[in-house]
Amino acid sequence: MRNITFTQILRETLAAEMRRDPTVFLMGEDIGVYGGAFGASRGLLEEFGSEQVRDTPISEQAITGIAIGAAVAGQRPVMEIMFMDFITLAVDQMVNMAAKLHAIYGQNCPLVLRTPPGAGRGYGATHSQSLERLFCGIPGIKIAAPSNAHDASALLQSAIRDNHPVLFLEHKLLYPMRFAVEESLPGPMPFGAAKVTRAGEDLTIIAWSYMSVLALQAAAALAEEDIAAEVVDLRTLAPLDMGTVIESVKATGRAMIVEEGPITGGFAAEIAARITEGAFEYLEHPVKRVAGINLPIPSCKNLEAECIPSLDSITAAARDLALAE
Amino acid sequence: MTLIEAYRRMLLIRHFEEEIERLFLEGRVMGTAHTCIGQEVLCVGVAAALQPQDAMTTTHRGHGHFLARGADPVRAMAELFGKSIGYSQGRGGSQMMMDTAIGFYGSNGITGASIPFATGIALDASLRKSDRVTACMFGDGASNQGVFHESLNIAALWKLPVLYIVENNGYAMSTATSQGLANPCVADRAQAYNMPGITVDGNDFEAVRQCVAQHAAAARAGAGPALIECLTYRLSGHSRGDPRVYRTREEEQAAWDKDPIRIFEKRLIADSILSTDGAELIQREVNAELEQAILTCEGAPEPTLTEYLTALY
Repeated sequence: MRNITFTQILRETLAAEMRRDPTVFLMGEDIGVYGGAFGASRGLLEEFGSEQVRDTPISEQAITGIAIGAAVAGQRPVMEIMFMDFITLAVDQMVNMAAKLHAIYGQNCPLVLRTPPGAGRGYGATHSQSLERLFCGIPGIKIAAPSNAHDASALLQSAIRDNHPVLFLEHKLLYPMRFAVEESLPGPMPFGAAKVTRAGEDLTIIAWSYMSVLALQAAAALAEEDIAAEVVDLRTLAPLDMGTVIESVKATGRAMIVEEGPITGGFAAEIAARITEGAFEYLEHPVKRVAGINLPIPSCKNLEAECIPSLDSITAAARDLALAE
Repeated sequence: MTLIEAYRRMLLIRHFEEEIERLFLEGRVMGTAHTCIGQEVLCVGVAAALQPQDAMTTTHRGHGHFLARGADPVRAMAELFGKSIGYSQGRGGSQMMMDTAIGFYGSNGITGASIPFATGIALDASLRKSDRVTACMFGDGASNQGVFHESLNIAALWKLPVLYIVENNGYAMSTATSQGLANPCVADRAQAYNMPGITVDGNDFEAVRQCVAQHAAAARAGAGPALIECLTYRLSGHSRGDPRVYRTREEEQAAWDKDPIRIFEKRLIADSILSTDGAELIQREVNAELEQAILTCEGAPEPTLTEYLTALY
């Protein structure tokens, strides 16, 4: 076993995939000499050269379209969008082109778009958002949202080998976190397989990406109070493994979903609806959501912290739900 | 492509588009379609300059490019009929058809969206070190999208083998170029991206073919992209049901008087490449081919939801 950062395992995985398959190449802004804004591709230019680790101009719409065109023509591009907020500039190409290629034209589009969502660094309203909600309702785009180094590597391998477009979320607070992993990289992991990361009988907490980290910490804190929270880490949002969620909720009778983005119009609402459709008669209490408040994410530390779910707010909400009559 | 074959394809496109307009009026095909009547010579001029390994992308007004590149008119028309024998099994409609076997990568109906897509196909060719050139077709309207500028800059930086071919037909839907382009010459924009920018008479088959062939050869040899502006005129409306209130019937008549297909035909006859009888024979063959295509489409099965439910991945 070794202790490794999320960034380091991403870098090792990208390198391993490029060595395995020369049609895999990286493209994005400042990913070459600079190594990417968060360092995920640092050092890769030296081994793979500027064709396979390709710096681009600041043109998110064009580089996304170019990656899609190259993918349809037979390459396996892995794009980086520096902050998820910038993905708004790429939405047309993802939604109107990438997502339509297989169902309408019968074409494969083996594209991975890596991007960091998430607040917590004081970057402000346009460098902190969790915008996966823009894509969750678009059939044809797969979405991975790993919460730890093992899953990130395994899902990234699957994403790169997949013949369809994948949006790959790397929460920016995960990058410097260290995780215990095996010496060698894990193998690829199928999409659509949620994981019960902690077992418990009193309630189910459902989360993805960095919120899964906080959910596990909250469950550990609640254990001190003799509240046994079960945590389901979704790992991928599309395809979505509702089977694991429903099974857990049927056993605990109480469900809480944690989402970093604002509560209105989020993916938590979709999960809540599916729980009521699939396990209504098992629910002892209405499904609860803990999510961001309906405001742009402010830059200053205290307000930012109060606008998004925190360990304290998740713990408190889970306690309330577990103890509710 | 021989001149006779070029002529046949021009007539095929013209008649295909006329039949589509008629079928819409009669309510026999649904949805939308944008016809390219008046621009057929340009479509075939570009296709005639390309090689079999080359790629082409198109626009919402794409039937002409597709047929010029060698599409099967039955499968193209079946797509408009919404039948399962269509290129996209009836799922795509007029604006969403591809046939990569003939190097045709389609469009998605979003104005300008195929410009980066075509650039990406050229990036693939560059990475493979293949001799494929991509012809990226779009209109004067699309040249105002930001992604046009982003893509041209990148293609020039990376010296990608892609030709940006603007069909400047004078109107972006109803908006005249004088109302939409601060500088009405699209080719001038090439200067900003350090690539050749050429304006040609898009209604002149030889002018288009020669210009595209010359820059395709240069792109194949590693010279990078070029922007080729073809001046033409859309004789048809923007789409079905366009009352064409933005231009006069006199303006249209003047354009019909210079119908590029008739000019090409006269030239072939004058050069003794084609006889009047020969021209009539080709026209009859094209009419019969499309008549049969319509019958085939009408008799073809509709797609089923059961099949479509398995289509996402």
